[in-house]
Amino acid sequence: MAQATAPVDVKPAGSSPRQRVKLILSYLALILLTLVFAAPLLWMLSTSFKTNPEAIRWPLTWIPREFTLQGYSEIFNTTSQTPVLRWLINSLISAFAHTALVLATAAPAAYALARMHFRGKRIMFAIIISTLFIPHIILIIPNYLIVDMFGWLDTLLAVIVPSVPTALYLFLLRQFFVSLPRELEEAALLDGANRYQIFLRIILPLSKAPLATVAVLSFLQNWNDLLWPVYVLFSPQNLTLQPGLGRLQGAYETEYPIIMAGGVLASIPVLIVFIFAQRYIIEGISRSGVKG
Amino acid sequence: MTTGQIGQAGTAPPPPAEKAARRSDSGDFIGSNPLTPYVFMAPYLVLFVIFVLAPVVYGFWISLHNYDYLLPGKPWVGLQNYVDLFTPGSTTSGPFWNSMEATGIFTLLSVPLLVVIPLLLALILNQGFRGRTFFRAAYFAPYVLGVAVVGVLWRFLLDPNVGAVNFYLGQLGLRDDIPWTTAKPWVWAALVGPTLWWTLGFNTVIYLAGLQDIPRDLYDAAAVDGANRWQRFLNVTLPGLRPVLLFVVVVTVLLSANVFGQPLLITQGAPGEETTSAIMYIAETGLRQFTMGSAAAMSYVLALFLMLVSIANFAFFRQREE
Repeated sequence: MAQATAPVDVKPAGSSPRQRVKLILSYLALILLTLVFAAPLLWMLSTSFKTNPEAIRWPLTWIPREFTLQGYSEIFNTTSQTPVLRWLINSLISAFAHTALVLATAAPAAYALARMHFRGKRIMFAIIISTLFIPHIILIIPNYLIVDMFGWLDTLLAVIVPSVPTALYLFLLRQFFVSLPRELEEAALLDGANRYQIFLRIILPLSKAPLATVAVLSFLQNWNDLLWPVYVLFSPQNLTLQPGLGRLQGAYETEYPIIMAGGVLASIPVLIVFIFAQRYIIEGISRSGVKG
Repeated sequence: MTTGQIGQAGTAPPPPAEKAARRSDSGDFIGSNPLTPYVFMAPYLVLFVIFVLAPVVYGFWISLHNYDYLLPGKPWVGLQNYVDLFTPGSTTSGPFWNSMEATGIFTLLSVPLLVVIPLLLALILNQGFRGRTFFRAAYFAPYVLGVAVVGVLWRFLLDPNVGAVNFYLGQLGLRDDIPWTTAKPWVWAALVGPTLWWTLGFNTVIYLAGLQDIPRDLYDAAAVDGANRWQRFLNVTLPGLRPVLLFVVVVTVLLSANVFGQPLLITQGAPGEETTSAIMYIAETGLRQFTMGSAAAMSYVLALFLMLVSIANFAFFRQREE
């Protein structure tokens, strides 16, 4: 992983004047690019504290002249057609429940595929992995009818459950379990522990990092999904944040402080997750690319 | 089929481990309950069958019917929905191929940028910069935001009259009334630009991991042979990155071809329906107008296209390997 390995260029940088100039220029370019990347987010934050006229006034102001919480008070009004606070709670429930289900189903299955011997294992694994490459779009129409059959339309269950069996998470966990040394399990078996005890007391505690990676990736995935919730959730009270932002844009059109306040609210949880779990996110993505 | 091929590529490392597993596993399992593995598999498998495997078949079944969600009768029509898609002048073929064209244009415009720029960025970051982790995180950060946030934010930034982009273009002495969200060719920039901002860091992270997997001694050996920087890039870096490059190209093409949120929220399909993407059109047809038979047929045609493109990518990279 990135932090673990030594950088390729081990020469001490900036050893000659020419190299030093080059290094400074590279830094300037990187910092400039960082500003370009950060600016839209800062603009969203700044706009969310502006009054309507100031938000659309040229020349632009980066720091609100007239600081107001109007945008936020509008979206915190839970009786409106756009109860953003309610959507935030729905999104949190959905993402946490989804993540819990992913871990509870993918971890034992991945362990069985990594360590147990049973009829049909190879074919099961092959079929599951092959679905990694089935375009998601062919699932949405039949899944709409399946979810409808269960009576889940316009409920959070519709956005929590169907995306749980994701092949990527199973694959990442299986690869990790395969790499664990077997001696620990063998010793436990000799001590008379059964498979369930071994899994719960030995394997899971050793697997905190990959479990965290899967948890964070599935949380983000669920939090950010747009296509599916746009169509399976309808009532204002039942929306999550992503389809809700579309409604907010439709309802307020050019009242940008309100729309941007909604955007800020939808971004804060994932940015917090990113700051604290960066390592797991980046590791998960690197791994799916390099080893997948 | 692609899926099989890719599946194999995906499982390339396991074979030795698998063999070892089987040997000592047979030992582990003397006297243990043969049902145990199925208990471990069951929760995942049940959901997998209901929400992945069954829908693949069910969706095809739907596509063979005149399936309208709101009507009681859903008559069997065989391949008629597919025939209609390939019959010029039918009600579905025009808008569907329009949306396919929009998707194709978006993919052609965004993929080269998303393959090349992150590679350059990764090469720069890989030179052992102090603060490299910080820069990587900064470029990656937008990726954790949902496309809905990206969409409403850029709709605002690109607003022709009040947006920050036009304001700064004006400050630079350029045209400050570009209709980013409503007229061609600007709409393409309005879709591709925010997509770059949003997903560039994702590919950069993958490239960085790939670069760090290239053994250091290969560079040393090349240096000893007198290879200059460019030669080292061509003869060490690129070959070493080939599997990662293939992954990036395949995934970026698939993600671009699945574009949905950007045209939905930034251009809203404008002008006319010219930036309505295939996914947008399929979802609207099937889940808003509820003509599901036709929409399901479209989704299979799109899926077939995507698989053909993936196969082409694999073939291209394999050929380069030989």
